[in-house]
Amino acid sequence: MTTTSPRKRRTKDSVTTDRYARMLLIRELETEAERQYKLARIGGYCHLSSGQEAITIAAADALEPDDVLVTGYRSHGFALARGVSPEAVMAELFGRRSGCAHGRGGSMHLLDVERRYFGGWGIVAGQLPIATGLALSLVRRGSEQAVLCELGDGAVNMGAWHEALNLAGLWHLPVVFLIVNNEYGMGTSVQRASAEPELYRRAAAFRIHGERVDGDDLEASLETCQRLLDLARRERRPAVLEALTYRYRGHSVADAGLAYRTREEIARHEAADPLKRARAALLDQGVGEDELEAIERQARERVEAAVEYALADPEPEVSELAVGMHAPGSAEQFERMRPGSPFGELELTFGAGLGR
Amino acid sequence: MTYREALRLALREELARDERVFVMGEEVGVFDGAYKVTAGLLDEFGPDRVRDTPISEEGFVGAGVGAAMLGERPVVEIMTLNFLLVAMDQVVNHAAKIGAMFGGQVRCPLVIRTPNGAGNQLTAQHSQSFDQYFAHVPGLKVVAPATPADAKGLLKSAIRDDDPVLVLENLRIYTEKGEVPLDPEHLTPIGRARVARQGRDLTIVAHSYAVVRALAVAEKLARERGLEAEVIDLRSLRPLDMETVAASVAKTNRALCVEEGWPTYGVTAELAARVQHACFDDLDAPVERLGMAEVPLPYAKSLETAALPNEARLERAALATLELVPA
Ligand SMILES: Cc1ncc(C[n+]2csc(CCOP(=O)(O)OP(=O)(O)O)c2C)c(N)n1
Ligand SMILES: [Mg+2]
Repeated sequence: MTTTSPRKRRTKDSVTTDRYARMLLIRELETEAERQYKLARIGGYCHLSSGQEAITIAAADALEPDDVLVTGYRSHGFALARGVSPEAVMAELFGRRSGCAHGRGGSMHLLDVERRYFGGWGIVAGQLPIATGLALSLVRRGSEQAVLCELGDGAVNMGAWHEALNLAGLWHLPVVFLIVNNEYGMGTSVQRASAEPELYRRAAAFRIHGERVDGDDLEASLETCQRLLDLARRERRPAVLEALTYRYRGHSVADAGLAYRTREEIARHEAADPLKRARAALLDQGVGEDELEAIERQARERVEAAVEYALADPEPEVSELAVGMHAPGSAEQFERMRPGSPFGELELTFGAGLGR
Repeated sequence: MTYREALRLALREELARDERVFVMGEEVGVFDGAYKVTAGLLDEFGPDRVRDTPISEEGFVGAGVGAAMLGERPVVEIMTLNFLLVAMDQVVNHAAKIGAMFGGQVRCPLVIRTPNGAGNQLTAQHSQSFDQYFAHVPGLKVVAPATPADAKGLLKSAIRDDDPVLVLENLRIYTEKGEVPLDPEHLTPIGRARVARQGRDLTIVAHSYAVVRALAVAEKLARERGLEAEVIDLRSLRPLDMETVAASVAKTNRALCVEEGWPTYGVTAELAARVQHACFDDLDAPVERLGMAEVPLPYAKSLETAALPNEARLERAALATLELVPA
């Protein structure tokens, strides 16, 4: 299991103004989400990905349109990177109708079926076995696409990780498990949680390729994601990619994020911020300061517009409480359950959730 | 003292009293607990007694089962009830089986404590009350304190009990305050319900946060309509104190059963079945029940509020049980 490959296709120009703009959009949206949370316009759990933008954009850009993406709950960045509009993301965070989950899912359960982003899952490692099933379907249909499954460093200690990796290895499934190693699962560092803290090595137990990359290096991350997804697509070889990065904010907006790490540690990471690195690379390439400032202004404006949009968007109707719960045709199956139903069903569920 | 502080006091007292007791779970140590129940205990008792675990519920619940089989008294914290599902097999098919399957030769004095409940827009995967999944299982005991005093008294009883006990806490009650007996030997017995409010017109049977809601609605009914609801706080789901429930219904002749979870095949279903059997001749109206709307809980605030057995719905259900409004 190595970290370098002879077949590198590093292109000098993988750090583009477009990618920089999209990384910035993520950062700005996260910063705004925290503000809006404190204004009580966003509720529930709200996990920010500030600091993790490079690997997020790299992973999304290594995906082809017909590849499939599935992630955990720290999903705002992945949604944006996959092309979901900031309006659809913000409206979801506000619990509004035109949110990407129609106001039903909130921060943890973003998705976009058209862009083949199948969620946004909240139970640690729950998305891993699902990823193997998504990949199995691709194989059964003879498709030459792959699945990218994001997970946190904390997820590798769940039983589901072991089971999913074994299936992927055994059945030669086209899936890349991307561990976003941001050093902590809540307040527990990787060192304190994992008997083998070099997480990519754990792939070896399943004879799956494992590899580590600096997830704050956009160019290296993009190259690695592309290479591993290519292998999955062309040779049906699954892989584990461990991307080293860092989350600046607390585990969720409710966590100050200082009880288990020092300000110095955070500052050290901020000094090597992926956005700063990308910006410096662009300046090196001869992109003008003016152009970069314009990009930065646009990102802020874009997020402000998303907030305006979300504020104006209506909340879902209570009569639509259970919409989507069951498939069309289910109403008939349930119709004889009504006599004696307790209030909950009588008032709210029947009618709306049975696929009428 | 708050409900949260009462739980912490129970843990501290039992850790100090009995060397065999130890606490383990995700973030219980360095982080002071995801919901701060275990705050300060790591400093006081050290990392052997207050053990941080990786995110491995099946693993450390099972470790609790094994340690308990050799006579330890593990108190396993599950961050929220939702995550106990990934350890369901260890609870239902292992811990619960030990006493009977081995002919009473091995015991499993394990405590699992975990908050559940909805109301903070945590959405479908994080807003659930699976109380009945566990109360359904022979071999388990399930308690659900609704007050700070019972939080302390029931957790202590659970720790001293020789069987596996699930202690269901509730996120919404953590900040509720109340009198808590400071005597370290004061226990709340398992299997005994409590008459939380006296009344003659209607019995509302509830547990956990639903008790708080029921008491609020009972006060409102008394204030605005002169109706006196009796509120029974079950405190324990398995064993279930039907004696207290039946005595109340014999007096009021009407019963409304409330729970935070889905009512279909739920705690209220069990109660309704037992009440109609125990109180058939006493009942003046069908037993009614109320719970969460039968849907995975949505995120949007308005939808979430509408789906929960909120006070407005509870009041309507009470009036329907009294045949003052149509059901
Ligand atoms: C099975 C399960 N246990 C516990 C939790 C609570 N929880 C949510 S996120 C989290 C930490 C996960 O850390 P990591 O995998 O590193 O992802 P990160 O938050 O750093 O992105 C925990 C313990 C959960 N959601 N699911
Ligand atoms: Mg992490």
